[in-house]
Amino acid sequence: MEFFRITRVIPFMKYALVFNVISLVTFLLAVLFLATRGLNLGVDFRGGTLIEIAYSRPADLGHVRAVIDKMNLGEFAVQSFGSANSALIRLPLKEGVSTAQLSERVMTALKADDSGVTQQRVEFVGPQVGKELYENGALALLLVCIGIVAYLALRFEWRFAVSAIAANLHDVVIILGFFALFQWEFSLPVLAAVLAVLGYSVNESVVIADRIRENFRKMRKTPVPEIINSAITSTLSRTIITHGCTLLMVLSILFFGGETLHYFALALAIGICFGIYSSALVMAALVMWLGVSREDLVRPEKKTGAGSAEKILP
Amino acid sequence: MNRYPLWKYVVIGVALVIGVVYTLPNFFPEVPAVQVSTSKSSIKIDSSTLQTVEDALKAGNIPYTGATVDATGVKVRFADPDTQLKAKDVLQAKLNPDPNNTNYIVALNLISSSPNWLAKIGALPMYLGLDLRGGVHFLLQVDMQAALDKAADRYLTDIRSLLREKKVLYAGIAREGHSVAVRFRDATERDRANVEISNAFPDLQLREVDAGSETRLVASLKPEAQKRIQDGAVQQNITILRNRVNELGVAEPIVQQQGADRVVVQLPGVQDTARAKDILGRTATLEIRMVDDDPTAQQQAVSGQVPLGDDLLVERTGQPVLVKRQVVLTGDRINDAQPGFDQRTNEPAVHVNLDGTGARIFKEITRDNVGKRMAIVLVEKGKAEVITAPVIREEIGGGRVQISGRMSTREANDVALLMRAGALAAPMEIVEERTVGPSLGKENIDKGFNSVLYGFIVLTIFICAYYELMGVISAISLVVNLLLLIALLSMLQATLTLPGIAAVALTLGMAIDANVLINERIREELRWGDTPHAAIQAGYERAWNTILDSNVTTLIAGLALLIFGTGPVRGFAVVHCLGIITSMFSAVFVSRGLVSIVYGGRKKLDHISIGQAWKPAT
Repeated sequence: MEFFRITRVIPFMKYALVFNVISLVTFLLAVLFLATRGLNLGVDFRGGTLIEIAYSRPADLGHVRAVIDKMNLGEFAVQSFGSANSALIRLPLKEGVSTAQLSERVMTALKADDSGVTQQRVEFVGPQVGKELYENGALALLLVCIGIVAYLALRFEWRFAVSAIAANLHDVVIILGFFALFQWEFSLPVLAAVLAVLGYSVNESVVIADRIRENFRKMRKTPVPEIINSAITSTLSRTIITHGCTLLMVLSILFFGGETLHYFALALAIGICFGIYSSALVMAALVMWLGVSREDLVRPEKKTGAGSAEKILP
Repeated sequence: MNRYPLWKYVVIGVALVIGVVYTLPNFFPEVPAVQVSTSKSSIKIDSSTLQTVEDALKAGNIPYTGATVDATGVKVRFADPDTQLKAKDVLQAKLNPDPNNTNYIVALNLISSSPNWLAKIGALPMYLGLDLRGGVHFLLQVDMQAALDKAADRYLTDIRSLLREKKVLYAGIAREGHSVAVRFRDATERDRANVEISNAFPDLQLREVDAGSETRLVASLKPEAQKRIQDGAVQQNITILRNRVNELGVAEPIVQQQGADRVVVQLPGVQDTARAKDILGRTATLEIRMVDDDPTAQQQAVSGQVPLGDDLLVERTGQPVLVKRQVVLTGDRINDAQPGFDQRTNEPAVHVNLDGTGARIFKEITRDNVGKRMAIVLVEKGKAEVITAPVIREEIGGGRVQISGRMSTREANDVALLMRAGALAAPMEIVEERTVGPSLGKENIDKGFNSVLYGFIVLTIFICAYYELMGVISAISLVVNLLLLIALLSMLQATLTLPGIAAVALTLGMAIDANVLINERIREELRWGDTPHAAIQAGYERAWNTILDSNVTTLIAGLALLIFGTGPVRGFAVVHCLGIITSMFSAVFVSRGLVSIVYGGRKKLDHISIGQAWKPAT
């Protein structure tokens, strides 16, 4: 089986501007959503209490709401979760209410109302811890960026490092944009997914950068855009197959992993889809515009037979 | 020719054997067990304990399927949960004949039914996180300000008695924040006090403050002493939490310091979270204070004006009691507390045993205050309650104190437990809680497992169809990857969480990248007209650089998550990082070895089964 039979180099770089305008527009849209709607931060970051309950029969959400409403706990939310029998209750942090005991009070009230209810899960995060988790998340993101830039600058060249991180951060912003647009809950596992995507997309950029470097060595007389086109074209098959495979696993998590992993898998899926695009088209174009040249990557070679086998895509 | 050196095969072989052995324990189901351990350092768990346990079970006619003893305690396996419960009761009765003085912790547990030889070489099943096995996770924050306040209170009492003892005349003494201020009428007395206090309490730094006719001496803790008190407070709280957790009878509890002022408590398998929270969250401290029996003061208090230096508290009966703010004795001085009965009235009571200093102070207090009332105050969650306020009839020496006063037997038990488990050095607050019910944990395992399984099946089918024999090799190396990953997780006993299982799936999805890179590269080389042998050679060699670079960047992201992540995210990061390492090994090393086995021996190779390698028309 072979999906791709590309007979000539696809002139990606000719349309570099178009790709980048598209990606800039998507990026700006994501920023806009983030600015106007903001992220729907979960309990992990905002602090508060989350209780998952299960009934032996379909849960009557309206009734649950009514019971909790009587307790005067502030702005709470009740939603169905996973199956019809389960429900998720979110309670905000409230001044003066002993938060650690909150879940018990709610459960006592619900049990008094219907003894068939069971508590499946409780998550409580205090305001201080929430803030720290948020800060740690931001720090982790920063550390990943610095680490990747440093490594790529060392292994390749600063232009690759800057382009790769720019292209991949743009993926991250787009994922966040999706979460802002649809108001999906942004929790700790989602953050983990975002960072994993960052690592994964950079991986993609590395493959292309690697090929560009190799082409510089082999195709001595070819102009830079041609070299980049050739690199993207020859890695295209691998890019699609790899991403397809990874996406397959992620979709498996999305469909079979249950409600807890839902947004985690969703973030990964979006990230992988945009990762293909940004690495191949955005990163490569940025590298070109930053003015990468053969001298930047290929050290003056010693006279050996290594460079003799000059191959050019037909 | 694609011969692979022998030593590389040996390395692969060894890795596979280790992988299989350490993965094995995960296939054995968990069986109900009872675990006997101890929290007391004076008691040793050894083969004689094992003998006692086995004898007790035989005497009770309870069949068991295996009994072992290791560093964590004696573990006995049973065929079913019913026998397990019965055995627990029997062992509890045998090992802890006195329910109020428990030497052993007898807890229900689930342990792997894997054979003993596996456990002996350290091959254990993966360590499941709380979200998979159910249980409670608490993060408690120690209130450092309160610890310092308490220290200042203690110094206040100590300085007062020192000055009295040394006959230094002072006008007044009071706590101001974390420091103690002593007022004097003249400078000579102040200087004397300065010398005495500096000699007696080297941890204090003294400052002389003159304001008008009055001169003051402000004593505050030196920074290093402050730090010591704070560290001590956290350590003491951890010890107390351990004691309390032991009272709960949990098989594998974790109580650990996290950061400067936090404590993590993890109780796997605890069902009754409310009780766990109640026992842990109790910030009860015991204080002995004098009752203010001055009629005018009482009059004022009743009319709503509580006199300075007094607190209006409520007794168990609901009666208000006016108590002096000054604490005579705190719970730190308690050695032991047992519930029992008052010998005269036969009322439930708590017998308290004080330490040396406590006994001395108590003797002095009771000697000086015969005929007056003293209040035993229990401060719980910031609320002070007078348990009892008896009249002191005589001097009480020897440090043996009996507290009684309209308590039920249960209350006497609770109070004794709280006193024995110790008063916290500083109050703690739960700042994070994650509780997962056992059924949800089971569900999470199933879901996680299914997502890995289904994804993996589809992936394998695709890769085999797309790359034919080379795809099969890739799939096998992927299986090896999974095997090594699970072996590594079992070996390191890293905590596996639900996001961790997701990371296993994700890692497999990403690991295929290396195989795809190699296979695509081989196809490409073939397309250029290379001979199959040269193509394989070039494919692996050229792809290696790319694989290394791309994996290092992914590893950077994984490490950042590992450093900054907590709880479920850390579980994800651990698997992610380990997965990257195993995938590099299996994709490059193992698949290369397999290719060499398949194609390496053939002198003349004119076709590689790698899917239709289309050649451009020339």
